[in-house]
Amino acid sequence: MSVLVYLIPVSIALGAAGLLAFLWSLRSGQYQDLDGAAERVLFDDEEGPEIGKP
Amino acid sequence: MNQHPPEAAAYAGPPAAQDGYPSREEVMLASRLAGKDLREVRFSVPSIHCGGCLRSIERALGRLDNVAEVRANLTTKSVTVRWPDGAPPPPIAETLAAIGHTAHLGSGDAAATDRTQAELIRALAVAGFAAGNIMLFSVSVWSGAEAELRNLFHVLSAVIAFPTLVYSGRIFYRSAWAAIRHGRTNMDVPISIGVALAFAMSLYDTVQGGPHAYFDAAVMLLFFLLIGRTLDHFMRARARSAVGDLAKLTARGASVEHEDGSRSYLPVDEIRPGMTILLAAGERVPVDARVRSGASTIDRSLVTGESAPRPVSADAVIEAGTLNLTGPLRLEAISTARDSFLAEMVQLMSAAEAGRSAYRRLADKAAGLYAPLVHSAAFLAFLGWAVATGDYHRAATIAIAVLIITCPCALGLAVPIVQVVAARRLYERGVMVKDGAGLERLAEADTVVFDKTGTLTADCPELAHIYSADDRALELAAALAAHSRHPQSLAIVAAQAAQPKHGETRHLDDLREVPGQGLEARAGSALLRLGRAEWALDDPAAIAALRQQSRTILSRNGQLVAAFAFRERLRPGAQGAIATLKDHGIAVEILSGDHAGAVESLAGNLGVTRFAAGLRPGDKLTRLEALAQAGRKVLMVGDGLNDAPALAAAHVSMAPSSAVDVGRNAADFVFMRGNLEAVPFALAIARRAGRLIRENFALAILYNAVALPFAVAGYVTPLAAALAMSASSLLVVGNALRLNRERPRKTGRKGAPSLADRAAQSLPVAAGGAE
Repeated sequence: MSVLVYLIPVSIALGAAGLLAFLWSLRSGQYQDLDGAAERVLFDDEEGPEIGKP
Repeated sequence: MNQHPPEAAAYAGPPAAQDGYPSREEVMLASRLAGKDLREVRFSVPSIHCGGCLRSIERALGRLDNVAEVRANLTTKSVTVRWPDGAPPPPIAETLAAIGHTAHLGSGDAAATDRTQAELIRALAVAGFAAGNIMLFSVSVWSGAEAELRNLFHVLSAVIAFPTLVYSGRIFYRSAWAAIRHGRTNMDVPISIGVALAFAMSLYDTVQGGPHAYFDAAVMLLFFLLIGRTLDHFMRARARSAVGDLAKLTARGASVEHEDGSRSYLPVDEIRPGMTILLAAGERVPVDARVRSGASTIDRSLVTGESAPRPVSADAVIEAGTLNLTGPLRLEAISTARDSFLAEMVQLMSAAEAGRSAYRRLADKAAGLYAPLVHSAAFLAFLGWAVATGDYHRAATIAIAVLIITCPCALGLAVPIVQVVAARRLYERGVMVKDGAGLERLAEADTVVFDKTGTLTADCPELAHIYSADDRALELAAALAAHSRHPQSLAIVAAQAAQPKHGETRHLDDLREVPGQGLEARAGSALLRLGRAEWALDDPAAIAALRQQSRTILSRNGQLVAAFAFRERLRPGAQGAIATLKDHGIAVEILSGDHAGAVESLAGNLGVTRFAAGLRPGDKLTRLEALAQAGRKVLMVGDGLNDAPALAAAHVSMAPSSAVDVGRNAADFVFMRGNLEAVPFALAIARRAGRLIRENFALAILYNAVALPFAVAGYVTPLAAALAMSASSLLVVGNALRLNRERPRKTGRKGAPSLADRAAQSLPVAAGGAE
């Protein structure tokens, strides 16, 4: 039974980490262009990333 | 900033405006500050369709001077560009045109984050996290945990459930409170009461060390309902942003000449009566104005529904929103933007809209019947058990079990899930649904009223007949017409392009457009003219003979070469759409602002017997009110500024994507592909969706009828509640997905099934075939 003392907090913490990761990805705009993201993974950026260039 | 365009471009309008690209000033007006020292503007680029487009666009724009950041978006088909604040905006539209994309300024605020959407997604994420964790504890409890462990798990569930119910549930509490305050009920009232009571009761039992707690049921309920609500919001947000990205048809600003002779580009709102406006060909009139000097042709089709362009010269008064076709004009503003024709329409619209707000959503109607029933059942269960056993705690537990088991999870999902599926199907066919309520109202429509110009007809006429002895006349006319954007010129060029080529291209010199008259050029020693008879011909007798027929004349040295007659081109699918509608017993009417002759011939072509011509916007409104009084549910389809009040007043309304901005905003549906078959298709989908919604209600009521006796008898445990709730929700969602299935075809016709065929089969009227 004592195993629960740390297993429960660990399970909740893992769940909370997942939740925070999702909220972070939402905030950083990763869901703005889902179709585009699927295409961009195929780009070879031999001259460095195009986007956000200074 | 940058209020003074270069002097050279001044009278021709703001730089680059003649080519159809937004001028620098317009881009500045549409841009907004993004972060520090950066300005951001969003262009809608409908032609983005693959990863390669993203790449070529980002490359091309990234190479421009002064561009800080480019991001193309495949989902929303748009490009966001940032440049340092203070620098002039880069030539974005021009650069995109060079690599083959047409772009127009998007609505600026679409880029700003949608706050409701963010709130919904966060609430959904939190509810999902909590539901998962609590369910883990619940499964242990259900599989027979010891009393001590069970209590620990109940406490932990309560600790997770409480903040979740507060955070994720506030969306429902807020809406329920708003409804109660206005003396109404909606679906959120029973949801809020059920969730709150379930939590309170479970908390009490947890403190008492009781065996049953319903934390999982309360949180799961919120999770399921939030899924439905978030999907619903996504669907509407996508439709809104797609509609918002259509090219703006009202002017954002205009070049104004000040008294000291200086010129500047002012936003429409800052134009005052008496100011002098310089309007280049191809621009829209920003406010109601009087022509001071210059001559041109004005296209009023979007404003009044007149199909033929009208020549204007000094002292003519022209309405805001009309398009200047052929020559530059110097105008005097006679009203502000707020008092212009456009604003008058907006006023008529808001008055007309009041009638529609009386419509109650199906879900709210259902809740109005459902909530009192469930709540009195729970109350009676409580009374019954209290009197029978004298055990108040037991009675309260059972009453709350009744509320939880009947809590309208399936009912809450019944409507939004069907509408989300329906909206997605319509979206695939290019029909945007702005609001779920529109779908419900569309399913009720039994009369369709069409506007003529721009709705039943395409925006540009076609060449009907050439009266000429010379078979090269069309070629010659097309060589002249290629240099004009007058609709009839475009039609001549299109007709020539459809012909097999005749050989060498004509060489013309000194080609010029004479505003309000036509085109003129020299071919060797001959003077060619294409335009109005009075101007093109020398012989007064010939002029008199031809003037009646409103034909366009091609002349050589004042002698008639050819006369061209035009007719309005039907929008694709118009014929099929009207036939399908009539086949299914839907009354069709045409209300137009154009002159009677044009309307009559078109109505005859389409087989429509009820039509009215020469209507002002107020007349259309009156006609719609008369139909509503007679008990008809009218679907209005229109595009013009003069249709906007009618679009707002009709029971439900549709507009093509070429409609004026206010019209598109007033309409419940916008169809993007220009094909009128979208009308019967949307009607068919809406009707099927309406039927599925009613089926879902029946399923939910059936489920409640079965579950209620068990709950009242006191046999419902948290496990049973969780199972019943999930099962009923899945059933409802599964039923909604049936909308995705094509109906088996009833008629065996040859060829590929057209949109109308498929739409016809799903209309509930016995469909024999569209003949």
